[in-house]
Amino acid sequence: MIAETVAWFGDAANWSGPGGVPARVLEHVGYVALALAIALVIAVPFGLLVGHTGRGAVLLVGAGNIVRALPTLGVVTLFFLLLAESTPAAVVGLVVLAVPPVMAGTYAGVQSVDAHVVDAASGVGMRGMQRLWQVEVPIALPMVLGGVRNAVLQLVATAAVAAYVGLGGLGRYLMDGLAILDYAEVVAGAVLTAALAVVLDLLLAGLQRIVVPRGVRLAELTRSKGPA
Amino acid sequence: MSLIDELGTYLGSANTRAQLWAALAEHGYLALLPILFGVVLAVGAGWLGQTWPQVRGTLAVVANLVYTIPSLALFVVIPGVIGTTILDSINVVVALSLYTAALLVRPMLDAIAAVPQAVTASATAMGYRPARRYFGVELPLAVPVLAAGVRVAAVSNISLVSVGALIGVGGLGRLFTDGFQREYYAPIVVGVVLTLLLALVVDLLLVLLRRVLTPWQRPAPTRRADEEVAA
Repeated sequence: MIAETVAWFGDAANWSGPGGVPARVLEHVGYVALALAIALVIAVPFGLLVGHTGRGAVLLVGAGNIVRALPTLGVVTLFFLLLAESTPAAVVGLVVLAVPPVMAGTYAGVQSVDAHVVDAASGVGMRGMQRLWQVEVPIALPMVLGGVRNAVLQLVATAAVAAYVGLGGLGRYLMDGLAILDYAEVVAGAVLTAALAVVLDLLLAGLQRIVVPRGVRLAELTRSKGPA
Repeated sequence: MSLIDELGTYLGSANTRAQLWAALAEHGYLALLPILFGVVLAVGAGWLGQTWPQVRGTLAVVANLVYTIPSLALFVVIPGVIGTTILDSINVVVALSLYTAALLVRPMLDAIAAVPQAVTASATAMGYRPARRYFGVELPLAVPVLAAGVRVAAVSNISLVSVGALIGVGGLGRLFTDGFQREYYAPIVVGVVLTLLLALVVDLLLVLLRRVLTPWQRPAPTRRADEEVAA
C-alpha cells in the first residue's frame, strides 16, 4: 500500500492540470476560505454582542451544542438538494457548520475578560464601543482564533465529505479512488487532506500566539513569577 | 408533493420503519462502542503520564495531531494500516476510538496532575501503592473532567458515524446517501432528526451516569439546611 501510494505521488500526471495536486489543494483551500469568510461575517458580530451584553448566552451555547451533533453528510446532501444542486449549495452547508465554533469562541473570549478590567476601562471613562474594541476584543482575540481553528478543522474535513455531492478539492481523490477501487489514490487523497488540516492548524496556532496583547502577556508573566 | 406529505408517505411504510430502527441501533453501536475503547485508552494514557511525567508533552502532541485528521481520511486509511477490508465496520470503530482517546487525553492528563498533593500524599501514607492510588484515588477525582470530555466525544462521534456511509458503513448515514441518490428529502430529514435525537438522549444518559459516579459532588439539601440553621 505504501509503495503504491509513493508511486502515485511520483507520477507526474497527478501533479498537473485541473485534477492535479496543486489545483486540488487550491480548490480545497478556496472552499475553506470562502466558507470561513462568510461564517466570520455572520458569527463574530453575534458572538461579540452576546459576550458584551451577556444576553442570549444560553441560546448561543445550546445552538452550538446542537450543531456539533449535526451529521455533516446530512447537512451537505440536504442543502445540495434544497438549493438546486450547485456548488454554492455545498458551500452553504459548510458555512452552517463553521458558524457555531466561531460564535462560541468569540462569545467565550469576550465573556472571559476579567470583570475588573472592564470596570477599570469604564473607570477611566471608556464608553461601550471603546471598551469593546480597545479592551474586550484584544483580550478575547486568542480565544476567537481558537474558535476559528476549530471551524477550519471542521471545514477541511467537511469539504472532503462534500466531494460526495460533486464538490472539487482533495475529497475528489477519495471519492473517485473509492469508486474505481484505486486504493493508492484514496490513500494519497487522505494523506493530502490530513496534511492540509495539520498545516492550516499550525499556521493558526502560530497566529494565535502572536495576537496575545503585550499587556496580557506581561500580566501573566508577573502573575506566575510574582510572590505567592 | 409537500415535504410533510413526503415524510408521511416515507414513515407510513412498515418496511421503512423497520429499516430506520436497524439503522438507529447500528448508529448507536458504532458511536458508543468507541467511547468505551477511547476511555480505556485515555485512562491508560493518564497512567503513563502519571508514572513518567516526561511523556506528558508527547502524549498531548500526538493526541492533538490525531484530532486534526479529517474523519473521511482516517476512515479510508485505517483498513490499509490494520489489514481489514474497506467496507468493514471495524474501521469506523477504530477511527472513532482514536478520536475519543485524542479528545480525552489532554483533559485527563491535566485532571490527574491537578489532584492536590495532600490527597496523593495521604493515600500514599495510608499504604496505597501507585497503581491502586491511581485507580482508587486519582482516577475517581478526575471523573468530572473525564465526564465532560466523554459528553463532547459522544456527541461528536454520533455526528461522525454518518460520514462512514461513504465507505458503506454508517448507520443513519445511509439515509443521506440514499436520499441523495434518489433526490428524495424524506430520508435525509429523518436521518438528521434521528441523529440529533440520539445525541440528545445519549447526552442526558451521560449526565445521569456522571451523577452516579460522583456522589461527593451531589448537593446534600438536608445538611445545607442544618448549616443554615446553625449559622
